[in-house]
Amino acid sequence: MEGLTLSDAEQKYYSDLFSYCDIESTKKVVVNGRVLELFRAAQLPNDVVLQIMELCGATRLGYFGRSQFYIALKLVAVAQSGFPLRVESINTVKDLPLPRFVASKNEQESRHAASYSSDSENQGSYSGVIPPPPGRGQVKKGSVSHDTVQPRTSADAQEPASPVVSPQQSPPTSPHTWRKHSRHPSGGNSERPLAGPGPFWSPFGEAQSGSSAGDAVWSGHSPPPPQENWVSFADTPPTSTLLTMHPASVQDQTTVRTVASATTAIEIRRQSSSYDDPWKITDEQRQYYVNQFKTIQPDLNGFIPGSAAKEFFTKSKLPILELSHIWELSDFDKDGALTLDEFCAAFHLVVARKNGYDLPEKLPESLMPKLIDLEDSADVGDQPGEVGYSGSPAEAPPSKSPSMPSLNQTWPELNQSSEDTAIVHPVPIRMTPSKIHMQEMELKRTGSDHTNPTSPLLVKPSDLLEENKINSSVKFASGNTVDGYSSSDSFTSDPEQIGSNVTRQRSHSGTSPDNTAPPPPPPRPQPSHSRSSSLDMNRTFTVTTGQQQAGVVAHPPAVPPRPQPSQAPGPAVHRPVDADGLITHTSTSPQQIPEQPNFADFSQFEVFAASNVNDEQDDEAEKHPEVLPAEKASDPASSLRVAKTDSKTEEKTAASAPANVSKGTTPLAPPPKPVRRRLKSEDELRPEVDEHTQKTGVLAAVLASQPSIPRSVGKDKKAIQASIRRNKETNTVLARLNSELQQQLKDVLEERISLEVQLEQLRPFSHL
Amino acid sequence: MAVCIAVIAKENYPLYIRSTPTENELKFHYMVHTSLDVVDEKISAMGKALVDQRELYLGLLYPTEDYKLCRYGYVTNSKVKFVMVVDSSNTALRDNEIRSMFRKLHNSYTDVMCNPFYNPGDRIQSRAFDNMVTSMMIQVC
Repeated sequence: MEGLTLSDAEQKYYSDLFSYCDIESTKKVVVNGRVLELFRAAQLPNDVVLQIMELCGATRLGYFGRSQFYIALKLVAVAQSGFPLRVESINTVKDLPLPRFVASKNEQESRHAASYSSDSENQGSYSGVIPPPPGRGQVKKGSVSHDTVQPRTSADAQEPASPVVSPQQSPPTSPHTWRKHSRHPSGGNSERPLAGPGPFWSPFGEAQSGSSAGDAVWSGHSPPPPQENWVSFADTPPTSTLLTMHPASVQDQTTVRTVASATTAIEIRRQSSSYDDPWKITDEQRQYYVNQFKTIQPDLNGFIPGSAAKEFFTKSKLPILELSHIWELSDFDKDGALTLDEFCAAFHLVVARKNGYDLPEKLPESLMPKLIDLEDSADVGDQPGEVGYSGSPAEAPPSKSPSMPSLNQTWPELNQSSEDTAIVHPVPIRMTPSKIHMQEMELKRTGSDHTNPTSPLLVKPSDLLEENKINSSVKFASGNTVDGYSSSDSFTSDPEQIGSNVTRQRSHSGTSPDNTAPPPPPPRPQPSHSRSSSLDMNRTFTVTTGQQQAGVVAHPPAVPPRPQPSQAPGPAVHRPVDADGLITHTSTSPQQIPEQPNFADFSQFEVFAASNVNDEQDDEAEKHPEVLPAEKASDPASSLRVAKTDSKTEEKTAASAPANVSKGTTPLAPPPKPVRRRLKSEDELRPEVDEHTQKTGVLAAVLASQPSIPRSVGKDKKAIQASIRRNKETNTVLARLNSELQQQLKDVLEERISLEVQLEQLRPFSHL
Repeated sequence: MAVCIAVIAKENYPLYIRSTPTENELKFHYMVHTSLDVVDEKISAMGKALVDQRELYLGLLYPTEDYKLCRYGYVTNSKVKFVMVVDSSNTALRDNEIRSMFRKLHNSYTDVMCNPFYNPGDRIQSRAFDNMVTSMMIQVC
């Protein structure tokens, strides 16, 4: 055949059609059946079809190769345009519109065809809208799919006057859920996504019944004047078929806008297929909405007042109640006026409703206003994605209006991020100056995770106030430690330990330990520790940290152990520390804890030390509870916490020391020693106790005092026995501590009850 | 827990009244109605000029005899009244909580007002408002 020159649009279009027909995927030859079907859809008389086939050489060859197919298509276009069929005409006819294929099954096709031809001008508005309905997993093939789509659409919607939405038919897929009526074309050829609000498009006028012909017609046509469309919109009852909810039009994907060429339409179709959002606004629709907005309010950045919007939407003849609901959904900032985005969302909902879709209970994400000026966003505070606002257009705004951001996509992403960050909401806590300082230091040091929930901010005052002091302090501590901040309160040893502990409140902080804990070395892999080296090192660290106290948030793992000297000063250290506010305990503990996965052997030391320290600390601890309630009443949680933890720390230092040690051992899963296991179980029994970092301080002291644990395996036996002994001692110590703590708990609860009773008595007066 | 929430218009007819379905609703309606007198009395007694947020909240109107049903009142600047009947058998709600509940009510009410499709004086049929009220009635329970 003669060489065939095709424009780009035609090329694309034809290739799509070819692939549509090429169901066998041969890429060379198309199935005759499909081709014939296609040609029939072209609504040409049979003899013309035959002539075309003959001309293109198919009859000669017996099949439709690609070139034949293209030629045939071109001839179809020629024929549809009314030109005589000549071989030469394929190249000579200029500006041939793309061949149109209409569904053959419907009687209304002729109407469509007619409307197409007549309203080709209107096609332009649809150009962008070809979003293939994602849902049905169809192949987004060429416009041929329109064939099947056509019948449906036509079956449903027909308003003779307004062929509704051409592309619309395609959407069958996406809005499955939305579909109330069975009208929408059964997915079958959803490839063609024609999403578009039915009534909407009807204003667009006619010619739109979504066939591929639309593509052809679309090329180069301008959108119909909105005004009259609106009028027809008002007159037009909802067209059923159109899946108004345009599934995924490509908005974000393509910038196909305006009068897309068929190429773009096809591209859009392809791209949007994967996206299944029934509420997405296609570009065409958006443009239409924008135009409508302009009629009411020329300034695109301005508002439409409620009254004007009311009149406008009343024209749609929806019941007032539904309009009211639509308004509620779309007026995001609740200011009684609609911004452009809000207006588009509202309009979209109206269209959806008119097409039979139920209104959602809350605004779909794709309809949420994406671009809200900062000043407006103040009202939008409740929106989940504030982050998304101001300047969220992730994609180049497809529409002409500069204020229109690309739709949708950015929104969910932003939501996600904001949600993630939202998890970490700092809880105000008051901290004693020293503690604050420490934490600041830690913060600076760790530097990471601003969103770290476990940062000092995170501690919840309420926890302290309402919960058992022990628990709260524990939690706080755990939270902190998880952060990796060796803040004073956090005593929890390892992040893992903490995690395993009961008090793990801030799960999110769990992530931090590894990330944000520069000071403490990354938790050692628990299972692999053998007692020997790691233990010593851990001990060393704890000791060291215990010594160094406040401010020493980050201890490099390689701190040399200071066994003996630390032991003696251990208790002394604790004392002054406590006096200072116990920051040191907590501070040290977090570091220590992460560093000491292996507490197995140290527990023994700690038991000793704990027993030593315990007595001393108990006194202090006793003092503190009294202080604490008072503090509680007055101070902010953090300070309370500090105080509590401090006091508790003292109380529990001994207990915690062993507990911590045991905790340390806990992570060491593998350590074969039964001692460890016992310790672990003990730890589990006393989750509260474990929480206190102070224990680590004690432990450190204890450990320091003790000779380094024999490392070599050869000494295991003795070590085991020794550790057994130690563990037993630790057990007793811990048990004692536990009882003491329980007693304190009871006292505190009693106090609380009394306070509540007082409050109750006072309350009645408040009302009068 | 709020067992009944009512929004009364300026002319003292209800715009919205909703109660938890367990109890006989008529009784709550009656209670709300009687509370209106108290509300009127309070707002007339209040200074004419200064109607700030604080005074919008009227507080406990009067405690009930039996099962500790407390009624709280709240009036807006446009003399729209919110009356809430609260069952204080379980944890007595603090004053602040009641205030916050009224604040939420007020906010939702203004949202309803902002809707151009809502004519003042109509019954409130907004779904969002319903949802909010439901949440209040449930959460406190």
